Amino acid sequence: MTSAAATRLPRRRRPGWVDSFLLAVRIAAIVLLIWGIAGTVVKGINGEGPTGEAWRDLVVAGIAQGAMYGLIALGYSMVYGVLGFINFAHGEVFMSGGMVGFFVANYLWDIRFWDTNFVLSILLVLASSILASTLVAVIVERVAYRPLRDAPRLIPLITSIGISFFLQYTFAGLFGVAVKNYPPPPDYLRARIGFLDLEIEGTKLAVIVVAVVTMVALYLFVEKTRTGRSIRAVAEDKEIAALMGINVDRTIVATFAVGGAMAGVAGTLWALLFRGVSFITGFLPGIKAFTAAVLGGIGNLGGAMAGGVLLGLFEGVGPQLVLAGFGIPGVSQLKDVVAFTALVLVLIFKPSGLFGERLAAEDRA
Amino acid sequence: MEAGRTVLEFRDVHTHYGPVHILKGVDLTIHEGQIVCLLGGNASGKTTTLRTILGMVTPTAGEVVIDGEVTNGWRTAAVVARGVSMVPENRRLFKRMTVKENLEIGAYLRADDFTADYERVLEMFPVLKDRLAQRAGTLSGGEQQMVAVGRALMARPRVLLMDEPSMGLAPVLVAQNFDIIRQINEAGTTVFVVEQNANMALSIADYGYVLQTGRIVLSGTGRELLANPEMRQAYLGEVG
Ligand SMILES: Nc1ncnc2c1ncn2[C@@H]1O[C@H](COP(=O)(O)OP(=O)(O)O)[C@@H](O)[C@H]1O
Ligand SMILES: [Mg+2]
Repeated sequence: MTSAAATRLPRRRRPGWVDSFLLAVRIAAIVLLIWGIAGTVVKGINGEGPTGEAWRDLVVAGIAQGAMYGLIALGYSMVYGVLGFINFAHGEVFMSGGMVGFFVANYLWDIRFWDTNFVLSILLVLASSILASTLVAVIVERVAYRPLRDAPRLIPLITSIGISFFLQYTFAGLFGVAVKNYPPPPDYLRARIGFLDLEIEGTKLAVIVVAVVTMVALYLFVEKTRTGRSIRAVAEDKEIAALMGINVDRTIVATFAVGGAMAGVAGTLWALLFRGVSFITGFLPGIKAFTAAVLGGIGNLGGAMAGGVLLGLFEGVGPQLVLAGFGIPGVSQLKDVVAFTALVLVLIFKPSGLFGERLAAEDRA
Repeated sequence: MEAGRTVLEFRDVHTHYGPVHILKGVDLTIHEGQIVCLLGGNASGKTTTLRTILGMVTPTAGEVVIDGEVTNGWRTAAVVARGVSMVPENRRLFKRMTVKENLEIGAYLRADDFTADYERVLEMFPVLKDRLAQRAGTLSGGEQQMVAVGRALMARPRVLLMDEPSMGLAPVLVAQNFDIIRQINEAGTTVFVVEQNANMALSIADYGYVLQTGRIVLSGTGRELLANPEMRQAYLGEVG
């Protein structure tokens, strides 16, 4: 009894070398950040580097791409919320939508419907992409994760990596490894559109608008509907959710379906932004969206959206803003470095993510 | 209340967690309108008994009977739909939801209008009226207990199961809690309450069972158990 009481006394832990090292890393990170930005500012004053308009384009592109990451990140976050593991196959759920959307788009192009009726065409593509991603997500849950419901959380996590490869090579096997290019959007979308005093490229504006509408819809769904409430209940306490009469399995399926639908929307947005899809299209955006979810505090839906937009901004603006200041050439190629550095920095400074609550010490993986 | 027909019965129920034998042949009978208490020390299987009623644990032998129907293997939702609900050990509220959402989710399976029950709960616990929009996790322990009871009542149960409702409550609140139990029972709900606080529980119970390592070792009316010398020695804190 006495020893148990003694160990519970608030004892000051002596800082070890790891703490000193982490402190040094933090200081170095801040110094490098300020140094890089200062270098860029000095260049700007000297009239070198990007113009104001170029900066604005970087910001808009960053937000558009970030909004897409945010939509994918929701799926990671929701599944983590209800099942406590990272579904690494979610990038492939997103890719499935983009792929299926391509075939629909291509067909519409072939029958000359795409150019004459672009808005309806893109809606059809969106619908098919959502349908495909939702189906893939739900099937994966049913086949791969449900049998592992009572296994330690690390088991479905590793399974998800396997599923990820399985889906990649299934698509490669079925449709070949070549990059498939969506037909081009009409000229009026590619032109710059005046929007509040700004001139924004039409596709980027469309991407941002669709993403915002989708996120608002998701928010209303989760907060206001009966299924949304079940999802929140299951995320908090499965046993008590069942005690309320909630069908936990069906709610988990709904969670995968909604996360899949979000990824499906992102699949079409990807097509608008980049046009090319292939069997590995899901990999990097998937990892980035996972990063965004962690950045925002995993399990927190608002955080996933905000984390996505922030990550997109870091990626879009960071290379020019920080790296160019050191005189590094070709910085725009280094956006992935910036994205993952941002993740590492956030985890060093705030391990629970920017908007995350401290996780309970449950078995999560 | 006068005791009526049998609403809940255990017939030689055994349960296991993996290889571990927990309930070892439990027989129980609960009549409509009664308050029945289940007493027993830590790890004697009290919570397991309630979980078995709700289908959260499936008996490995024996029968659980609700309203004359054997319910072994039923899903929890089906048992809840039959009119059984529970105030779980440690309240277990949805802490990130508001108090109002916690109460409403208690009526999740109901298709009818539950406004009357909602109002009844707020009448029973007036302090909750000012807390409806607050997250349940921010409430005090006593208030959380009220929400947990209210949530269970929102299902309009015929049988209310309560797992150690006075655990962790200040003595004043414990007394209040037993008043509430009596009030709920007088309104027509059968109550099956698990307690470690034997004195208090037996003083309001029509009938009591004592569980020891998975077996019922004593049973009788509240008065009989309170007077039983074995009981007094083992559970009511009397020496010799
Ligand atoms: N989910 C579980 N898995 C394995 N053993 C359990 C589980 N839940 C309870 N037990 C064990 O079953 C026994 C009875 O537990 P319980 O019914 O919770 O007792 P009580 O509520 O009377 O304290 C205890 O020994 C406990 O450790
Ligand atoms: Mg217990």
